[in-house]
Amino acid sequence: MKARVFVTLKPSVFDPQGSTIAEALHSLGYEHVADVRQGKYFELDLQVGTRGEAERLAAEVADKVLANPTIESYRIELDDQPVKVAGAPR
Amino acid sequence: MTFGVVVFPGSNCDHDADHAARHVVGQNARFIWHKDASLGDVDAVILPGGFSHGDYLRTGAIARFSPVMRAVAAFAEAGGPVLGICNGFQVLLECGLLPGAMLRNRDVRFHCEFVTVKVERRDTPFTGRCAEDQVLHIPIAHGEGNYYAPPDVIDDLERNGRVVFRYVDAEGRPSAAGNPNGSVHNIAGICNASRNVVGLMPHPERACEALMGSEDGRVLFESVVDAVARQGTAGVLAR
Repeated sequence: MKARVFVTLKPSVFDPQGSTIAEALHSLGYEHVADVRQGKYFELDLQVGTRGEAERLAAEVADKVLANPTIESYRIELDDQPVKVAGAPR
Repeated sequence: MTFGVVVFPGSNCDHDADHAARHVVGQNARFIWHKDASLGDVDAVILPGGFSHGDYLRTGAIARFSPVMRAVAAFAEAGGPVLGICNGFQVLLECGLLPGAMLRNRDVRFHCEFVTVKVERRDTPFTGRCAEDQVLHIPIAHGEGNYYAPPDVIDDLERNGRVVFRYVDAEGRPSAAGNPNGSVHNIAGICNASRNVVGLMPHPERACEALMGSEDGRVLFESVVDAVARQGTAGVLAR
């Protein structure tokens, strides 16, 4: 089963890379791109039998390794269905 | 005394720390491979700078799971002095021995330059020999040194005197001009609640001899030699 994990900086945390990208876009004339937040995207290939196990496993590795809860939040999709959002609301 | 210098794959200031310990302050030092489950007979531990595990995922994020980190946590818990320098500081943040996290530098550039940091606290094993409000001229070399912690954590650090080093300008003030990377409150280094675990982004081990452009970093090594001589590490070594 495939899980997709999206890790982003919490809204309260300044994103220097996102800001730099936004500035670059503005200088290219894309002034309608008001802001950019950069994140990380992981695809996990999970060898488990049920959606429940997949959700548990993906959440565990996201909590433990993929995201740093001090600065980042994440959301998980299983087969393109959202299953879990952790951290501050986006 | 004996310094233990932890070596992760990608550490690149391990030999600088070893050199400072052995040749600058004349003590013993030994390297500890990150896969070792025990620290052996050491009186202080240094997590050196570098790019452990290539900084993949996040700086220090993989290194925190190295077997040696359990031993480092036990050593810290028992009161042993632990110093995390640059990437070593990032590892201490990731493993939770110190609070907070590092963001990319405010200007998204890698900064390799001398900075001035004020020593705000002398009541740690690594700053006992500093003069009051001493300002150190030592280098930084990092892309992710923009210290961040939520407001309640920053309050706790400030209220309890856990900000040990702060970036300052030429006049010794913690101004925006003196802040090289955007760190909250110009924080360059902090300690844990029991004050024996210290992390800082600047590199004292790279500034211990006149040849290197500054000798200001030496005082951190001299301080811990003093601290160990005064208190010993009995009890820590029993583990």
